[in-house]
Order: sequence, then C-alpha cells, then structure tokens
Amino acid sequence: MNTLAAVTQLLEIVFAILAAPVFVGWVNQCRAWLQNRRAPSLLQPYRGIHKLFHKEAVIAENASGLFRAAPYVVFATMVAAAAIIPSMGTRLPLTTAADSIALVGLLATARVFLALAAMDVGTAFGTLGARREMMLGFLAEPALLMVIFVAAMISQTTSLPMIAEHLSGEEMALYPSLAFTAVAFTLVLLAENARIPIDNPATHLELTMIHEAMLLEYSARHLALMEWGAALKLFNYACIGLTLFVPFGVATEAQGPVGLLLAVPVLGIKLLVAGAALAVLETVSAKLRVFRAPEFLATAFLFAVLGLLVHLLLGA
Amino acid sequence: MAGTPLDLQILNTLAAILLLLSFSMLAQRRIVTMVNLLATQGAILCLATVLLAWRTGENHLYLSAALTLALKVILLPWLLHRLIRRLDVYWDTETMINAPSTMLIGLLVVIFAFGLAQPISALASTATRSTIGIAIAVILLSFLTMITRRKAMSQVVGFLSMENGLFFGAMSTTYGMPMVVELGVALDVLVAMLVLGVFFFQIREQFDSLDLHHLESLREDE
Amino acid sequence: MLTPASSPLAACLALLAAWGVVGLAGLVRPRSVEFAGRTLFPLGALCGLGLAVVAVRSIALPPEQIELLVGLPDLPFHMRLDPLAAVFLALLGAASAGISLFSAGYFRKGEGALPGLLCLEYHLFLASMGLVILADDAYAFMVAWETMALSSYFLVTTQHRIPDIRRAGFLYLLIAHLGAIGILLSFGVMQGGSWQFTFDAMRAAQLDPQWASVAFLLAFFGFGAKAGLVPLHVWLPEAHPAAPSPVSALMSGVMLKTAIYGVLRVTFDLLGQPQWWWGLVALGVGLFSAFYGVVFAAVQTDMKRLLAWSSIENVGIIFAAIGITVVFHGLGMSALASLSLIAALYHCVNHAFMKSLLFLGTGAVLHATGERNLGRLGGLIHRMPWVAWLTLVGALAIAGLPPLNGFVSEWLLLQAFLFADTVPRPFINMLLPIGAALVALCAALAGYVMVKFFGVIFLGQPREPNLAQAHDAGPFERAGLVWLALACVVLGILPVQVIGEFDQVSRALLATELGQDAAQWWLLAPTPARGASYGPLAFLLAGGILTGLTVLGVRAVYHQRVRRGPAWDCGFVRLDARMQDTAEGFGQPIRHIFQPFFGMSRELPTPFDAAPSYRVTVTDRIWAAGYERVGRSVRRVADLVARLQQGRISTYLLYSFVTLIVLLWIVL
Repeated sequence: MNTLAAVTQLLEIVFAILAAPVFVGWVNQCRAWLQNRRAPSLLQPYRGIHKLFHKEAVIAENASGLFRAAPYVVFATMVAAAAIIPSMGTRLPLTTAADSIALVGLLATARVFLALAAMDVGTAFGTLGARREMMLGFLAEPALLMVIFVAAMISQTTSLPMIAEHLSGEEMALYPSLAFTAVAFTLVLLAENARIPIDNPATHLELTMIHEAMLLEYSARHLALMEWGAALKLFNYACIGLTLFVPFGVATEAQGPVGLLLAVPVLGIKLLVAGAALAVLETVSAKLRVFRAPEFLATAFLFAVLGLLVHLLLGA
Repeated sequence: MAGTPLDLQILNTLAAILLLLSFSMLAQRRIVTMVNLLATQGAILCLATVLLAWRTGENHLYLSAALTLALKVILLPWLLHRLIRRLDVYWDTETMINAPSTMLIGLLVVIFAFGLAQPISALASTATRSTIGIAIAVILLSFLTMITRRKAMSQVVGFLSMENGLFFGAMSTTYGMPMVVELGVALDVLVAMLVLGVFFFQIREQFDSLDLHHLESLREDE
Repeated sequence: MLTPASSPLAACLALLAAWGVVGLAGLVRPRSVEFAGRTLFPLGALCGLGLAVVAVRSIALPPEQIELLVGLPDLPFHMRLDPLAAVFLALLGAASAGISLFSAGYFRKGEGALPGLLCLEYHLFLASMGLVILADDAYAFMVAWETMALSSYFLVTTQHRIPDIRRAGFLYLLIAHLGAIGILLSFGVMQGGSWQFTFDAMRAAQLDPQWASVAFLLAFFGFGAKAGLVPLHVWLPEAHPAAPSPVSALMSGVMLKTAIYGVLRVTFDLLGQPQWWWGLVALGVGLFSAFYGVVFAAVQTDMKRLLAWSSIENVGIIFAAIGITVVFHGLGMSALASLSLIAALYHCVNHAFMKSLLFLGTGAVLHATGERNLGRLGGLIHRMPWVAWLTLVGALAIAGLPPLNGFVSEWLLLQAFLFADTVPRPFINMLLPIGAALVALCAALAGYVMVKFFGVIFLGQPREPNLAQAHDAGPFERAGLVWLALACVVLGILPVQVIGEFDQVSRALLATELGQDAAQWWLLAPTPARGASYGPLAFLLAGGILTGLTVLGVRAVYHQRVRRGPAWDCGFVRLDARMQDTAEGFGQPIRHIFQPFFGMSRELPTPFDAAPSYRVTVTDRIWAAGYERVGRSVRRVADLVARLQQGRISTYLLYSFVTLIVLLWIVL
C-alpha cells in the first residue's frame, strides 16, 4: 500500500464529509432557479449543522442507548461507504475489505439502525416513518443489487474500483444494458434519498413524511449528524452513479499523482451536472402517493432486469 | 464489447430502445401516446435500416428505409390520429389483468424470447444476429398487448407493432425481405388499416362504444 | 480395540452415549428442578462442547467406519465419520451447548411435564440427531430418524393439557412420518438390487438415470418435509410456537439441518453422479419457499410464529444454494460448484446460531412477561437489557448486515449466482441471475422482518402495564445467549478459517475445493481471478474507528450536554402506548403489496359500534386449498370404508365365507 493510495483514500473521505452539505445546497439552488425562487446561499447547510451542534440535546425519557448511538452509527457507515466508492481514484486500500455487495450491506445497516432508532421512542410518526422506510428499502435494495450485478457481469468482478477501471478503459463504448440500468439506478436514487417523487425533503406535513418522520425526535448534535449522514448518503449515491455510468476522469493506477490532481476538478464538474439533473428531475415530477411507491420501485427493478437480459443477449 | 465497431454498437443500442418502446406500449394507457410510440418505433426502424444499408452496401435497404419512413412514421400514425379524433377514443384504462401482472408476464415473455434466440444467434451469419432475440421479443410483447387490451384501437396499434417486430426480425436475419414481399406486406397493412377503419365505425354505430366485450355476446338472448 | 482416545468416531459415539446417560439420570429425581436444571443440563452442554471439539478436529482426517453390534442380529448399526458428518456434528455440538446452558436456567416447575422427564426427552433428542448424522446404513438411519421425530414430538407437547398444542404436535408427527415414508422408499430404490441397505452398497450400486432421479425426488420430498419446504411446511408455524423455547431453538437450529445433511448425503455421496436438472428442482422449490416464508413472517403477530416462518425462508435459501451446486456440478463447472456448496454449508451453520439465539431471546421474554403476542409487548430494552442487546446481535445477523455471519453466506451465494451466466444452457443462464434477484429480495425482506421483530418487542413503549414487572434473564440463560452471540460474531469475522474447514467437505463430495491462501487469514477472496474480496475484520475495525472518531470529534469540538424530557411527538401532549405501530400495522405494506399470497379475513368496525374494533387474520392459502381438501377426501374415503362395519355377526361371517371361496378358487 503506497502513499498515493493512502492519500487517495484520505482525500476521498475528507472530500465526501466536507462536500456533502454543499452538494445538497447546490441541488436546492438549482431547484430554486427552476422554480423562479431565490435559494439560500450555498453554505447555508453548513451554518445549519453548526447551529445544531451548539444546542443542548433533549432526549425523550424512554429513549434507550440505541437511540443515542444511532446517529453516530449512521454517520460512520455513510463515511465508510464514501471511503469505498472510487469517486476520485481506483487505488483505494479499503476496497479490498469491502466490495460493492458489502457497500449495499453498509447502506442497509444505516437504514436498519435509522428505522430501529425511529421505533425506539414509540411515537406514531416514528413508527410510521420506520415502516415506510423499510418498505422502500426492501424494494430498492434488490434493484440496486441488480444494477451492480449488470456492471459486475460486464467487468467480471464485484469490486467497484475494478469495475470503474474496466468501464473507463474501454473505448467510448455504448452499452445498452448500462443505459437500462442507469434509468433503474436513477429511480432507486430518488427513492432511497427521499426525493420527489417519493418523498418531499422540504415538507412539514408529518403524514406524508418518510425520512423526515424518523428524525422528528432528534435534536442538537444527533440531528446534525443525522442530517449530515443523509447528505452523505445522497453524495454517495451520486458517486456510485458516476462510477458506474460516467467513470471517465477517475484517476487510474497508471496515472499517478497527476491523475489524482486532475480527478478532483473532474469530480466537481460531474457532481455539478448531477446535482442540476437531480433538480430538474425533482421539478418535473409530482410527489406520488405512498402506496404507489412500490410500483415506482417495481419499475426500477424491471428496468434493471431488462438491462440484465439485454446484456445476456447482446453481450453489451 | 470493446472489439465491436461503432456502427454495430449503435445498432445494438437501437435494438434495445425498440425493446424499451414495446414495453412502454404494454404499460401505456393513453392511446394517443401509444400511437406516438408506434411512430417512434418506425423511426428507429428506419434509422436501423439506413445504418445497416450503409454497413453492408445493399442498396435496396435504402428504398426499404424510405418506405418505412413514409408509411410507418408519417402515413399510418396520421391515419390513426385521425381515427382517434373521429371516434373520440382517447383512453384505454381497463385491462384484462392488472398492471404489475402484465409487466411480470411481459418479463417472462422476454426471457422466453431471449432464450429461444441464443442458439439461433449462434447459427445465423449476419452481423446483426444477436438482435434476433429482441425481434422475437417485440413480436411477442405486441401480441401480449393485443391480448390484454379492451379497446379495438389499442389492439390495432399492437398489430402494427407486431409488424414492426417482424420487419426488424427480417432485417436481422436476412438483411431484409425481397422487395416484392416487402411491397406486398406494406400494401396489405395499408388495406387492413382502411378496412379496420370502416369496421370501427360500424362497431361504434352498433354498440355506441369501441369496447370489444360488446362483441362477445354471440346470441341475442344473452 | 478402538478407544475414544485413538478414534474420533468412537469418541463421538461415547459422547452421544453420555447424552443418553445424562438423560436417563433425569429419571433418578424426576420432580426436582434444581437437579435437572443446575446439574444435568450443564453436563449435557459440556458433552455438546466436547462433541464440537472432537468433530472440528476430525474434519481434516480421513473417513472412519465402525460396526456397532446394536440392533437386530443380522442388521448391525454401521457408523461413519467423514468430513460432511463432522461439520454437522460440530454444528450440533456447538449450538446445543449454548441451548443446553440456557435451558439450565429456563425450565421451571408446573410447565406440564416433569423436569426429569423433560431432561430425558431432550437428551434423547440430541443423541438421536447425532446418530442420524453418523449413521452409515439405512436401518440405523431410520431408527435414529424415528427416535428424533418421537422425542421431539414429546418435547413439542410438553404442555399437553392445552388442545392447540396437542393439535400442533399431531400435525408435526403426521408430516414427519410422511417424510419418513419418502426417505424409506428412496433408500429402497437406492440399494439397486443388492438388497444390502448399507450406504457402502448404495454408493457402489449403479442406478439407471431414471431410477436415480426417482430416488432423488423421493429423498427430496422426504427430507424437504422435515426441513419445512413449501408445501410441506405447515407443521413449522404450528409446532415451533407450541414447543418450549429451547426446544424450538433446537428444532429450528439443528433438526432442520439434519434434513439438509440428508439431502447432501443422498445427492452427492450415495447417488454419485447427480444430474444437473435436479438442481433446478431444488432451486425452484427453495426460492419459492424462501419467498413464501419471509412474506408470511412479515405479517405475523405472534413472535414465535414469525421466527418459524423465518426459518422456512432460511431453509429455502439453503436449498437454493444446494440447487445451484447441483447445477454447476452436473454441468462440470467445479469451481463454482465448490463456491455454492460452501455458501450452503456456511448458511446452515450461521442459521443454527442466529435462529437459536433469537428463539432463546423470545423464551426469555416469554418467561418474563408471559406474552407471546406482539401486540402485548414493547419497551423491554429497558427492563431486560442483556436479552435485548444479545437478541439485537441475532436480529442484525439474520438481516444479513456486515460484519456479522449472515452477510458472509449471503455474499458467497451472490458471488456464485453472479457468475452463473457462464452456464452453457440457453434458458438457465438467464434464469439464474434472476434467481439472484429473488435471493436479494428475500434478504431485504428479512431485514424488514427483523426490524419489526426487534422494534415491536424491545423498543417503543410497553403496550401492557404488567410489562413493568419484567425481569432480565438469569445467569445460565445469559451464558447461553452470550455463547451463541459470540459464535455469530466469530463466524462473521473469521470466515477464511471456517471456509478452510468446509473445503474438506467440498473436496470429499465434489472432488474440488476453493483452495484459499492461508497466509491471508483476514481476507476472504474465494475466486482471486474475479478480484472480489471481503475482509470483515478490517471492515469492523474501520467502522469502529470511524464511529469512535466521530464521537470524540463531536465531544472535542462541541459539547456533550444532554437533557431528558418527555417525547416531543410534534407537540402532542397525551402520547400513550396505543399510538405506536402494532405488529399488524407494521406488516400492512407487505399485506398490501403481496396480496395474492394471503388468505385474509377482516372485521371492520361500523360507525354505530359502541366499542369499535378492527381485526385482520392472515391464513396460509396452501393449508386451505391443499391440506383441508386432502383431509376432507380422506374423511370421505374413511366413511365409505366404514360402511363395511355393519355390526351384524352374519355379515362378518359372510366376509369370511367369501374370502375362503376366493382363496380356494385361486389356489386350486
């Protein structure tokens, strides 16, 4: 494990932690432009988190240790996930310990702890949110796994850096199967990160909430960690999408330190475009009723399976 | 995949889009959108024919592409839109089986078609042999569309989509059909459209609706 | 002269006999709970531990056979210890050690059967399972199998005064015997004309492909009935809640695995050359079972029925893994066959510990609260912290979360499915990756089920006032739970060592092995050419370090002030326990999405009810459509035959007369 690999790994983790809130801010900015509003400044999420950290935490009397531990666990799992996604470089030492299936497992761990914490205090909204989140989870996880499967079948490995190297190393090739799975992945991203059309991240109506409902009992630093973790989750999903479908510009092993220096601005540009695209998608869709969310995710699963079948038939 | 030249990759992509369109047609409830999807299918077919003609140098395929453009992208959809406006039938919301089951059956049909096509692909000798499976899948999916619909108009769209699939299949295996056969098929389709148009008016006169289950009562006293 | 010191097989048999002795010792003072509980069960646990140690030592040794002069004069018992048997014996020993420790503190007076009798039945159950695994001829196998069925029947009907429990026991015995008929017939086919029922004779017999298929299908039916595959699963959700919790743990954790052992033995060992399409049968039935089980588990309102249905799901996944092993092996893809066989074995061992842990947790809850119904539990993490946190380990493990053991077997299975597109058969290479999607769906649904299970029982507010008197588990119970939880963690963190042992089984049954590089003990990379790897220790360390850094970072930069107050609940003041989700409520999305699978009946309140109530009952359609119909037709046939019973003497004399005439006519 040489120093370049260690530097790449550390840089990815730090970049993810620092850039996730501003990514959310950027998406809000794009949405505001599209809706003819004025958005708060791009640094507003940081100010929000800083304000929350200063406050005194108020915890329900019947909350258990699980409730207090969950924000740290969720945040740590999201940082760990960011560490194993090759957003900047493919030489990441931690990816030998965790491949793409373990990545899906990490995301599932965060989801389970979030749901358990929501059930801990025993309010109506918390259990409502937990139930809905697990419902989305059990439909989105197979779709995500199928998307990763198709990419893994094309690259003959489940290790994300190797997938990125394989897909970026080919001459600009059109993969119809990856096009299908890209659609499926977008749908899964919208569902898992509580975006319109599944959930409105800016709503205040508790009965329509999915993700927000699980955070209602949290305050101060716990809420700050949970919100940061949610921003990290969106950042991670965006990076997974970029790795699988637009892997060009990622620093491969052969490129050395120069490649890494170039990869950072390339990643920034890619994230800007991805954020804008996300804002466009959110603006043109309306929020679905909750019982239609399974159909939405079933469509995602269908696209993923179609992508798999097209790959098996066409070899592409 | 890196070894195949760019035009073959584009052909494969077009074939995948064709599959996607057939699936969307299966799920669509709005008849106007179905006709638009049909027109898009025709356009994709035209593009694919032109690309194949450029690759293989068979000039009759250019004529074929022009015919496809004229008939399937311009004339037939225009006819169908006119029919829709005159018959005032825009929605086909009820189906025989519900949406998720239809999708599931569609998926199984696609698996069946792809499974059939794999040994055939190994035997064929054309450059586009791997897209035979998609052609069979499009035919079967259109058939499924015809089966699961209630309104006559959707069934006609399914029938035309089946013909598109047949055309694509012919192109994949033998670089198109002989010109005579193609002109004959095109004429047949046109005549069928005109006859069906007349038919629709008669049905609507009789039953005041284009819902096909009215045709199921075979006796007067039912 | 074979002594236990020189021969592992003799040592194992001696330990099984020791179990028998411990059981019989229970009859010395049958009514004393202290004697049975504090003395005999811990002794049994010790024997189990010894069995596990001996078995693990003997996995790498060559197979060993013994002929015991027990049984009928011409039919002695043949016993054999080979790597496959050693793995399952180790499973039996290690899991039962934890369960026996728990039982030492669990069984109390006034529960139906005498403690001494319970001790006898329990240890006889354990010994008979060991004999099933060691048996090397059909006779010994069937004797041990029957003993296992009967002793577990008596254990299930411990509280025999309750009619529901008697009914559950009857159903269990019925289906166990249906399965036994299948297994017996399969042995009959496999002897292939030599009329020698030893397994060696069966290995040597050369069967026609059709007869081999018949034997496989009969064995699949028979062992599937015992394992709980759909549609022969109906006894599981009845018998497991009826039995005392340690018995449910033994049945779910260990007994179902003896059926899996049987399938493996028959398919790979006795029927030498399995045909690849058998694997499709196993795969299809297994996947359907897994899906059916988990979907039903999500809508249950009784905590032990939920776990029983979850067992059906896990058994389905194990059979799916065995199915693709047979497919790969039959088509000559040996590396992948080895990978999927190891995935199947790993899942067997994992499930034994995870499910036992969960069942024992429910046992502790049942003892503390007297409630099995999820609608009357809640908030127990405050009153029973040991049980709650250890059960959490089990729940997270079954949900397949890294770095625990459930994730390892799931990872291995998905790796095997992933490369199934190289199968050289046109339809199969497309259906297998879709099978992977189904496995992923079942795993995700298992997460849903576990959140429901843990959340409704241990989290939230107590739904009944008497839950405030719940007490935590005693020292023996804690020891048993800790042992099982530790096993889950260790199996998750050190997969390379475990797979090294399973490789011996793979070499014995499939003549190939994965061959892991022992130098890299912290990294699991079964197929180095593919580049996929998983290092659970590094994973756990990284996760722990990140969590620790987060805590320290927040504490250093900001502060740690906390104030306790009432739950906010968006400002609603009068929050009570009835406002949180019920078990039915948590299962509502599954009921809604997978409606065709359930037979549902609902009672809805009207606006004019003085005391409105809502009730929804979910029943198994297979029971109504299949079993009740069969039961009715059997009843009808029985009624027809009953007409023979006239009651008049002259009619019976007429029967004898007619029989005599017919016999005379035939003979002469």
